[in-house]
Amino acid sequence: MTTTETTDTTQGERTLQVYRVYIKTTPEKIWQAITDPEWNARYGYAAPQHFELRPGGSFRSTASEEMRRVSDEMGYGIPDVVVDGEVLEADPPRKLVQTFRMLMDPAAAADGFTRLTYDIFEVAPGVSRLTVTHDVTGAPTLAAVVAGAYEDQGGGGGGGWAWILSDLKSLLETGSILAG
Amino acid sequence: MFKALADPTRRFLLDQLFARDGRTLTELESAVEMTRYGVMKHLRVLEEAGLVVSRKSGREKLHFLNPVPIRLIHDRWIDKYTERHVTALVDLKNQLEEQR
Repeated sequence: MTTTETTDTTQGERTLQVYRVYIKTTPEKIWQAITDPEWNARYGYAAPQHFELRPGGSFRSTASEEMRRVSDEMGYGIPDVVVDGEVLEADPPRKLVQTFRMLMDPAAAADGFTRLTYDIFEVAPGVSRLTVTHDVTGAPTLAAVVAGAYEDQGGGGGGGWAWILSDLKSLLETGSILAG
Repeated sequence: MFKALADPTRRFLLDQLFARDGRTLTELESAVEMTRYGVMKHLRVLEEAGLVVSRKSGREKLHFLNPVPIRLIHDRWIDKYTERHVTALVDLKNQLEEQR
């Protein structure tokens, strides 16, 4: 995924990215891995995410202490809250809909709120399908980030949703992220 | 997945979705010299392999390229650099700022 356009579509006025992964686990475990900061800080960008799981509830992802330390060493500031939003729908363990705004830097913050949907479906006993649909309409910076565009620039800026979901699968199936 | 990728028409369909995602069967059909039924069959193989995810939108069925299965292969055999997780967010911020 090297360009913004790669996983985007424009249907009418909406720009969607859709990602799907099958995981050998139950929907409950996936739900927990997404919504519980004890779990969601263990894969992907590893910034803990805090949800108030009710419509209108708050969502925020905070920089971990280690991230702050690394950031300070490298001479950049990192905001305390790196992503914020609102929970729109919480139907455990099947569906979570939220808004999502990245506050990492001014350009991303200026993209404003996007809409993110997690759908979890048990396809067979102990095998679940997780579909992430990210409506990034009008949010070009965030669209590039979640498509993994910055990883390919050699700086290791994370591979977006494909990377996060691969990591999540590894964590739930093997107990660890892809460390080899 | 490798069987799905082995066919040139299916690779071409994925190329189409890579260039612009979320296409209907009719749009994809117009890009290849093949019957509607033929394109449907290829899309079904791609969907079964997880490389394409379809999504209903009104009366239309839109097809999206799903990069996750390819990512899984990449992460399993190529990329085992775990330290990146801690710094990814910091790197990302740095790169976003460098862009301007």
